[in-house]
Amino acid sequence: MTSIIGPASFKLFGIFPAAILSFIIPVVGIGIFAYIMARRIAPLVRSNPDNRFDHIGKRVQNLIFVWLGQMRQPRYMLAGVLHISIFAGFLILSIRSSSLVIIGLSDGFVLPGFGGFLGNIYNFIKDYAATIVLVACIIASIRRGIFKPKRYAVPEKYGKDHTSEAVFVLGIIATLMISESLFEASQLAYEFQHTGAEHFLAPLSLVWIFRAILSSVPQNFLQGLHIFTYFVHDLTFFFFLCFLPLGKHFHVITSIFNVFFMRVKKGKIKPVMYGVSDDKLDDLESFGVKKLEDFTWKHMLDFYSCADCGRCSDQCPANAVGRPLSPRFITIKARDLMFKNYPLSGEIYKSSLLVQDIYTEDEIWSCTTCGACEEECPLGIEYIDKIVDLRRGMVDEGMVPQSLQKPLKALEKRGNPYGKMEKKRADWAKDKEFKASWRIKDLARDKADVLYFVDSITSYDDNIQNIARRTSIILKKADIDFGILGKLEKDSGNEVLRFGEEMLYQDLKEQNTDAIKATGVKQIVTADPHAYNALKNDYDGLPPVKHISQVVARKIKSGELDLKPCRNPEKVYVYHDPCYLGRHNGVYEEPRQAMDAIEGLTRVELEKSRDRSFCCGGGGLMLFYEPEEDTRMGVLRVNMAAEAGATVIVTACPFCLVNIQDAIKVAGKEGQIEALDFTELIEQHLY
Amino acid sequence: MEILVCVKRVPDTAENEFELNSAGNDLDRDDLVYSVNEWDNYAVEEAIQIVDKVGGSVTVITVGDDESEEVLRREMAMGANNGILLSDDAFEGSDGKGIATILKTEIEKGKYDLILSGAQADEGAGQVGGMVAAMLDYPYASLVNKIEVKEGKIIVGREIEGGNQEMNEMQLPCVLSIQTGINEPRYVGIRGIRKVASVDIPVKGPGDLGLDAAIVGKAGAKTRRVDYFVPDTGEGAEMLEGATGEIIEKLIEKLKAKGGL
Repeated sequence: MTSIIGPASFKLFGIFPAAILSFIIPVVGIGIFAYIMARRIAPLVRSNPDNRFDHIGKRVQNLIFVWLGQMRQPRYMLAGVLHISIFAGFLILSIRSSSLVIIGLSDGFVLPGFGGFLGNIYNFIKDYAATIVLVACIIASIRRGIFKPKRYAVPEKYGKDHTSEAVFVLGIIATLMISESLFEASQLAYEFQHTGAEHFLAPLSLVWIFRAILSSVPQNFLQGLHIFTYFVHDLTFFFFLCFLPLGKHFHVITSIFNVFFMRVKKGKIKPVMYGVSDDKLDDLESFGVKKLEDFTWKHMLDFYSCADCGRCSDQCPANAVGRPLSPRFITIKARDLMFKNYPLSGEIYKSSLLVQDIYTEDEIWSCTTCGACEEECPLGIEYIDKIVDLRRGMVDEGMVPQSLQKPLKALEKRGNPYGKMEKKRADWAKDKEFKASWRIKDLARDKADVLYFVDSITSYDDNIQNIARRTSIILKKADIDFGILGKLEKDSGNEVLRFGEEMLYQDLKEQNTDAIKATGVKQIVTADPHAYNALKNDYDGLPPVKHISQVVARKIKSGELDLKPCRNPEKVYVYHDPCYLGRHNGVYEEPRQAMDAIEGLTRVELEKSRDRSFCCGGGGLMLFYEPEEDTRMGVLRVNMAAEAGATVIVTACPFCLVNIQDAIKVAGKEGQIEALDFTELIEQHLY
Repeated sequence: MEILVCVKRVPDTAENEFELNSAGNDLDRDDLVYSVNEWDNYAVEEAIQIVDKVGGSVTVITVGDDESEEVLRREMAMGANNGILLSDDAFEGSDGKGIATILKTEIEKGKYDLILSGAQADEGAGQVGGMVAAMLDYPYASLVNKIEVKEGKIIVGREIEGGNQEMNEMQLPCVLSIQTGINEPRYVGIRGIRKVASVDIPVKGPGDLGLDAAIVGKAGAKTRRVDYFVPDTGEGAEMLEGATGEIIEKLIEKLKAKGGL
């Protein structure tokens, strides 16, 4: 025999054609896989609609960067690099694996186009790919099995540890790599022994190493090894395929779809029901997500797609302070329920109220909707819309904590969560000192180009009203002709919407929209990122909305605003990114540019900044909620600022200011560190 | 179990800033927002929870003007099955006894096992529940913070001054006045209220009740409010003024000065 017999021509025990096995394994494997997938798709068919076929350009872009480019992976460097290695290896080796299946039926099969030069290049690359994947698997196994990074731990209340599944799959992948390489190496060693022909192989690749080892092994053994490793590879490959939809490795299949369908518009909450317009909401029988099937198909796909990497929970501020919320387990618990209620065989079970069955009320109320989890997820899994949908369901069932009922009722009756009189909404402008120098237009009577939308906390909170006065002074000095809505302004409802009280939000939105449209203004400015977000993203048909930091940065650039040198050059300033300015709206640079325009101001950066900013504790209704927690988010944030060496935390959100001021006291850092609103810093430095 | 809950529409203490009217005998009621009396809300929640457990229905009733219908709807959105509005010009100006008389006349027409009221109202005297019980010749327990339903009777817990707890067995039918904290009332959103917006709520006057209008209303009232005022600051009392932060600072200073801290 001059050349090794391939699996297509080999006869097992001298009589049984191995090709029959090569035929049966894929047919059975694909059959089982198709059956499992059909069962897995069943809940998606019963789910609520979701509109994910818009913004195709942006979706393709996500596919290229987030999926193919694995752009979010290196945010966790070691795990990210390991994942990119395995992912890229899988993509490269998918061609090889497909052709291997056919090689079992036709010896020496080569995919069209892979015969000549291209084939040589491909082989060279794929040999290294297999080698790198194997090395990555070994490092990953050691990491998961021995070093056990904290973020993979499963707290007792959430069930059993997931390490064994992870290591098992790494073992399967390693088996695929080794068997593929041995299959090829045994053939090359056989040929070398016969003809002395030495194929060029990627040096130090697995195949190269195996060929060297096998170079003097008896030919019988090589022939056996060749066939054996082929079927090990074939069996493992199809076993793996069928194993994927049974656990966290489902993401290998679903990720491409999940990333394509991921959220493309930030800062906006999904409608109660896709396809039902706001004025038809009254006709809906039920609101929000109460049972499993109330989720949309994309949200179910999210549950399937979770790779259990724990990055969301690692970034989640609620999780960090010991609130009973871990986004990772929002997903894992729902996925386990889907697996349980939609088993691979037999009857489909009815699901009961999710809040009670798998979630708790406090768990769902604990979220500040800061978006850190979504920003991090390499698979584009969403949380905010799910939390809001679950809250809509709870509100509909009357399951609202007493601490939130009072502000909600006040919002309904008075348009602000404090229950203060409407006519006192503009009382901040009546401050004696302020009134002596400045007059604020009320757009119910006067005309102006720009509306300053103040929102509730800045209108009514004694301590925060300063932001309204300083914002006004900045606008006046920047020569902007502006006015306010006065008693016609209602709460923007950013949190009303996000706390699931949809109809109250609709009411506030309608009143504000009517009032704003009646003024005929061409632009809206606000100093409250929550109002900024609601007006910009959740409302429809309003004039463009700007945050005060954007106005200031632009006016500094154009030379219309000039800033004095820093009044306190000895202090060290740090900018804290508010979630609703930064992560949800991408305004990171303008506040920094404005601060840097103050000559002599020393500014440091927090380690967690920009899209990794750490929520201060949440705004709007979150100020009223009484969570179970070990510490406050604000306290952790103040400690981070202290570590960065800052003595002044500058923020650009009234809620951040409240939370951080309180946290400084709780952390016992009064006198060492202070909180300052962006508008105060700028106004102090205006000529 | 058939449960009737007496509710009242009151100016919401959390959402108003109270000022006296120019005559000085009442609140300035322009610009006030009203809601259901807080204690009554707990009573309705308790009634709904009892019916969820043992079956039956919950009826909410109020004596008031047309606008009182709003609080009945809110309680029906919560889960009460029926509402009755007792409203007529003749009822206006009723004192506590007058209100109790009106309620009693309607209660006698139904067949209720349990009658609940709030322990008191934001601007009330805490008297109607007890009077209704006496007029009906039913047993009565006030300041109830626990109810357990048994066959033909109930076990009723009462909070006693000093944090003690008392348990009583009572025969049905009976009247209870409910203390806040007995439960956690569920939330009623705008959506809930809209759902019951078109449910018919019967309005009954003296004619429907077969009640002599002369014994209720202003004419029948034997109690009359003669004055309403904010008491003068007495000796030894001092009001601290300023922003919340300043008030706290002043308070700490004072406590320190007097050796309290």
